[in-house]
Amino acid sequence: MPLTETNNTVAWQRREPKQQLLIWAAWFVGLVLFLICWKVISDNTIWEFLEDAGVQGMSLINRMIPPDWSITGSLMRPLWDTLNIATVGTALGVAIAFPLSFLTARNTTPHPLLRGLALTVIVSSRSINALIWAMLLVTIVGPGIFAGMMAIALRSIGFVGKLLYEAIEEIHPEPVEAIQASGAGRAQVLAYSVWPQILPAFVGTAVYRWDINIRESTVLGLVGAGGIGLQMNAAINNLAWGQVATVFVLIFATVILSEWVSAKVRAAVY
Amino acid sequence: MPFVSDRRLRWALNAGVLIYLVLAWLSVDVNWARVSEGMERGLNFIASFLQPDFVSRSGEIFLGLRESLTMTLTSTVIGVALSIPIGLGAARNIAPLPVYLFCRLIIALSRTFQEIIIAIFFVAMVGFGPLAGVITLAFATVGFMAKLLAEDIEDARPDQMEAVRATGASWLQWINYAVQPQVMPRLIGLSLYRLDINFRESAVIGIVGAGGIGATLNTSINRYDYDTSAAILLLVILIVLASEYFSGYVRKWVQ
Repeated sequence: MPLTETNNTVAWQRREPKQQLLIWAAWFVGLVLFLICWKVISDNTIWEFLEDAGVQGMSLINRMIPPDWSITGSLMRPLWDTLNIATVGTALGVAIAFPLSFLTARNTTPHPLLRGLALTVIVSSRSINALIWAMLLVTIVGPGIFAGMMAIALRSIGFVGKLLYEAIEEIHPEPVEAIQASGAGRAQVLAYSVWPQILPAFVGTAVYRWDINIRESTVLGLVGAGGIGLQMNAAINNLAWGQVATVFVLIFATVILSEWVSAKVRAAVY
Repeated sequence: MPFVSDRRLRWALNAGVLIYLVLAWLSVDVNWARVSEGMERGLNFIASFLQPDFVSRSGEIFLGLRESLTMTLTSTVIGVALSIPIGLGAARNIAPLPVYLFCRLIIALSRTFQEIIIAIFFVAMVGFGPLAGVITLAFATVGFMAKLLAEDIEDARPDQMEAVRATGASWLQWINYAVQPQVMPRLIGLSLYRLDINFRESAVIGIVGAGGIGATLNTSINRYDYDTSAAILLLVILIVLASEYFSGYVRKWVQ
């Protein structure tokens, strides 16, 4: 216990002096780094723009209220498209991530070399945002829902694959040994001892990613990959902020709903 | 034991999924002629990953990456600093009901909207440039961190909190000695994770004018300058990999 004695009174401190000094030094280094970074940002900012930022923000909000409800009907089809992009995209992503995760997990991979390859795919997919995937795919397959679905699928592979292979690595070895002892082949071991153990994680991860994908797919339209983002972009370009507000409200409602569904399903499977 | 125990529910679920997939697939019209035309471009793009061009646009790439990295750090620091009071306010076992509801509203707003949408709003407010990006990422960080922090505080062991309170500690001392030690390791881990996310996001919010490498990437893709795009994407992947390795190391050290 770190105690210091001065003038016969013993004072308790939480940490040893040396440890405390180290923590302060770390804070200092962090602060200096932050200030340097802030300097770079500040040099690249036109501060004059900030003087009327409050006025600009208020006028933007004033123009958004009341939302222009008249376009709600015409937004239903794009909303359906957005849901489809998220759902089909997630399904595709999960379908590809599933075999990939078995190749990546240390205890089920057929060969270390294959594991490295699968891991590279997972990392690349995770590092690149769905919007960047969409930009690339729009130039390749043309604008539309299809590009959006592919983008969502490509981004989901990494996320689902990573969580799934971690789940496979964490399974109990006893059921696997038991099935092996009964003389089962490789595929049978996977089907009867590994699969039942990862099923809850599998469903939970897929639904969680679906919920994230709904949010992501609302903006894919900005780069031409279909969905409600297309209407949002058009409204912003026309400076029709009332219409933008309607889109925002619809997105808010959809995301809250999907989050609720996803939380319910995850609570049921775990 | 099947996963869904009620047989009728199971069949209904299977049929529902099948019908939905057919319906969803029907709403997609793929222009296969356009796809086969674009395939060539796709192959070009993949080929450019084998010969990425770091050199001819190195100035833009360097400036963009520097902006992205500085944006990442400042926004994470500001976001985490803001998310601590909001996280405390959103924990039901600490905050009174009105504060709780207010903080939860901020979290819900920040979490529902994708970073791009928030960026559009802030770019309109403070103008083009990295400052809009910093504000956007900080706002998004608040939603993420405060929610997880609040959940962590709600799960904190109540006996330790009671014990510190019983010594007559003031509110600040109570937070500092009873709550903070319990949530600190997770807070550090999450901050590092968020640093990672913010870097990845900083690569896209440039599309709407909020600074960072995203603007450079967007320009290069629009110009079909795939060799440069490939170089940028490879650099982003490398930095994410490095930070993932680093944060795994720090997390081990903290716990």
